[in-house]
Amino acid sequence: MITTDLWIWLSAFLTLAIFSFLYKDNPLYRFAEHLFVGISAGYYGAIYWHNAIYRFIINPLTENFSTFYYKIVWPELFEGKVYLIPAFFSFLMYLIPLLLGLLFFTLIIPKYSWLIRYPIAFLMGVGAGLALYPSFKARILDQVKDTFLPQFSNSLHFLNAIIIFIGTFTVLSYFFFSKEHKGPLKVLSRIGIVFIMIGFGAAFGYTVMARISLLIGRFYFLIHDWIHII
Amino acid sequence: MNIWDRLAKIPRSFIFLIIGLSVFLPLLFKFTLPLNILKPVQEVYDFIENLPEGSSVILSCDYSPDVLPETHPMAIALARHMARKKLRVYILTLHPAGTGLALDVYNRMIKEMGARERKDVVFLGYFPSSTATILGIGENIRNVFKADYFGVPFDSIPAFEGVKNYNEIRLAISISGAALPEVWMTYANGRYGANVVAGVTAVMAAQLYPYYRSKQFIGILGGMRGAAEYEKLVNAQNLATKGMNSISLANFVMILFVILGNIAYFMQRRKRR
Repeated sequence: MITTDLWIWLSAFLTLAIFSFLYKDNPLYRFAEHLFVGISAGYYGAIYWHNAIYRFIINPLTENFSTFYYKIVWPELFEGKVYLIPAFFSFLMYLIPLLLGLLFFTLIIPKYSWLIRYPIAFLMGVGAGLALYPSFKARILDQVKDTFLPQFSNSLHFLNAIIIFIGTFTVLSYFFFSKEHKGPLKVLSRIGIVFIMIGFGAAFGYTVMARISLLIGRFYFLIHDWIHII
Repeated sequence: MNIWDRLAKIPRSFIFLIIGLSVFLPLLFKFTLPLNILKPVQEVYDFIENLPEGSSVILSCDYSPDVLPETHPMAIALARHMARKKLRVYILTLHPAGTGLALDVYNRMIKEMGARERKDVVFLGYFPSSTATILGIGENIRNVFKADYFGVPFDSIPAFEGVKNYNEIRLAISISGAALPEVWMTYANGRYGANVVAGVTAVMAAQLYPYYRSKQFIGILGGMRGAAEYEKLVNAQNLATKGMNSISLANFVMILFVILGNIAYFMQRRKRR
């Protein structure tokens, strides 16, 4: 029995509208596409407002400000000035990043647009500082270590280790452009291309599987949730 | 015009139709093709299976609805396993469009899997800035999770009792259609030595296998196949299991088209010479 849920009908209609592009571009497809873009923008806006701006900026800022404010107005209620400095410090901890973030909007005022350099410089500095060691360790050191010092418990693992070593070495040879690819370097780079092609093939195969999975998801929705034939 | 010329000129719409049918028809029939469990998936299952009751696990549903058929079945199958094992699960998302889907996993854990609200499972919602969140958990989760998604304060949530950072969190699972499992691996594993599992779309799987080999990931669930394998392991077959028949047939049809297309190309080239 076909569903009576209006939202599922709407979803099914939009799914079919998008599928209609397989025939050719048409107003139904464009309607669904534009609706998706508009709703996504609104949805992301709401999510960022509630989960980021309100939760991590406005809420703590107002909380800390009110605490700080009332502690100045009625210090006798809050054991004198004991908590005054920490409250003010907490307030600043949110206020300074907020002001720094707002400097991004100076981009729309040409006269003050140079101020955008400060938040960008801050982000770059913090980002690079945070990422340098963990990224280098996780993506380079650990990978190099595993390539040259693999752990193997049987002959098959040993064979795998040799193949990976040859693959890594020959692919790196292919990307060595300081010397013309002649003689031994040509042989190595040719072997490297084979490894690269196998890698591309595996990635492509996985990509095809991923796209088919998405189609399965939509078909399953149509026949299971909408028209209930399975 | 010979057969090879005709093959080379098959209309695109005909190929769409054949692929569409090869995906659609298997969904109508109730049969399951044999499915082998791959080692990266088995290792995830074994790791969770060996965790003591009450262990803390982060389930980060870092995906959006556009990759739902691949990633959501993974999250549900993993949640089912963790609920069965009576682990303490902290569900969050680092993807802004993932809030609704992560909430769905949370609701299912409570309604279908018997997990107790805030004792066995906590929903924390969306956190902007993945790096800051992952690093913050490594220092003190109290500073990151001040309250759950519904506003219940940290100290009132029994599931957080005795948990400070990755020393007490036995596993972090990131399910994603983007590079977020790599961010978890880089910071949670790379900096704090946390155990990390990746559940990714098939597109992402190939590039994560080197990290699994080097033990930076405990295991990987790759695409709908990975989800189907996990569904089989927890004996709760769902969308992924049903979809595997379609994937098998569609892959077979595509391989056939690739072979035929190549033969037609070479035959035409030979004819031209």
